[in-house]
Amino acid sequence: MAITEALGHKLIEMEKWNCCGVVASLTSDDLMHHLASIRNLIHVQDEGEDKVVVLCDMCTNTLKQTNLRVTESQDDLETLNEFMDKENEYKGNVTVIHFLEFLRDEVGFDVIKKKVKRPLKGLRIMPYYGCMLLRPAEVAIDDPEEPRILADLIKALGGEVVDTPYKIECCGSYHTIDQKDVTSKRAGKISTFGVDRGADCIMLSCPLCKYNLDTRGKEAESLIDGYHQIPVFYYTQLIALALGLDMEPLDLEGHAVDPIKILKERGIV
Amino acid sequence: MSENNNIEASQQETNDDEIKSGFYEIYVMGKRYKVPIGMTIMKAIEYAGYQFIRSCGCRAGFCGACSTVYRKEDEQKLNFALACQTLVEDGMYLVQIPFVPASKAKYDIDELKPEENTILSIYPEIARCVSCNTCTKSCPQDIDVMMYIQNALRGNIQKAAELSFDCIQCGMCAMRCPADIKHYHVGQLARRLCGKYLDEKSENLKVRLQEVLDGKYDKEIEELMTMDPDKVIEKYKSRSIEAAEEGKA
Repeated sequence: MAITEALGHKLIEMEKWNCCGVVASLTSDDLMHHLASIRNLIHVQDEGEDKVVVLCDMCTNTLKQTNLRVTESQDDLETLNEFMDKENEYKGNVTVIHFLEFLRDEVGFDVIKKKVKRPLKGLRIMPYYGCMLLRPAEVAIDDPEEPRILADLIKALGGEVVDTPYKIECCGSYHTIDQKDVTSKRAGKISTFGVDRGADCIMLSCPLCKYNLDTRGKEAESLIDGYHQIPVFYYTQLIALALGLDMEPLDLEGHAVDPIKILKERGIV
Repeated sequence: MSENNNIEASQQETNDDEIKSGFYEIYVMGKRYKVPIGMTIMKAIEYAGYQFIRSCGCRAGFCGACSTVYRKEDEQKLNFALACQTLVEDGMYLVQIPFVPASKAKYDIDELKPEENTILSIYPEIARCVSCNTCTKSCPQDIDVMMYIQNALRGNIQKAAELSFDCIQCGMCAMRCPADIKHYHVGQLARRLCGKYLDEKSENLKVRLQEVLDGKYDKEIEELMTMDPDKVIEKYKSRSIEAAEEGKA
């Protein structure tokens, strides 16, 4: 909210919302797991809006996939609306966009560049996209094979982009619960590519990827010889930093790998 | 739903002959009975000859013991109500739910902390909520049950406590949930955490508790315990009510 205000825009926080449903169900006859998403779209509709901006990659993906499904299948929409005997029905008119899309398409990275007060000068950042921003292609916010939205944002914030072929690999996702080592090794592989190319840190936009690369990445230090996990930033942290906003809400102390050290070394804070 | 609404709705759906005769036809566990118009479901079932051993408590809408499931003839949807609070309608197929088997977690409230994951760690099944909202629609208290579960899930203990405040633990939500969530225990945990750790402490309560501990009311209680029952009734009837005294009633 502080970021959008600093950029001269205003978002209205939803009064009522529920969990997105987490991971869009791909089973053709499993409509029940789309109810959570539909209900959120109804909340948007009930609050008199027709567009919702979503911070999280997973939520965006889930909401977009459900929205797409009911747009393409009137039958599915009707079946889901059968549950809404006492609630308002979903009319199918809500647009779901990721906050990154909002920044790129409605604010403009050039505008952000002009508003930067604390450029991330000298900070070598590896953009990491993971899966949810890009797959399936129907709901991707960028080219699924050669995305650039995070790289463009990093440039607008004054940072240096470190490109790696691992930027669109999976982080291990929910294996983090029952196969921690698998996720740690993946974090190690992904980060190593960045480190070899001189990255200071990683920037990403998915909370689960953030947890896996940061926390499981830190644990990878005991699994992989000589491995050191580099800090992982959530994209809004770096945007807020670059815009010169209050650092208190960024929770930079809450990371598994300390991100403050490198920011100090590069003279950013 | 208020009682007035109930009467209005039921009269519209009743055929004229029956209204003239002053009786409704209802079905208790499938068996047909004629009962006078204007009774609560509870009274109607008793009128039909049943004696409540379970499914009956305070008879005043507070205890949650008398949850009723009913379907009107030819209606698609099931309905849920408290038998003591809802007027009987023509063509109701009724059944009382005597008990809800809902496992309750054991915890020591003194050892818990009101943190984001506290409720989730004690009742992890709340993460299975698919937002179908069936719980909300089964609540005779009109509580937004799904929303308090969603707030519990995201760690907003205060909001979960606030939204579930009117819960009388009848358990219909838990009986209907496709994810087997035990909502009313979750709401109770939220309110306990809220009361113990998050709500502002009441100064008056502290003072009153000390008075109780100091034995200030022992004599009065002792008198009441040994008083003639008729005198107790008379005393109750002529009691003063604060709100009435202040002209607020």
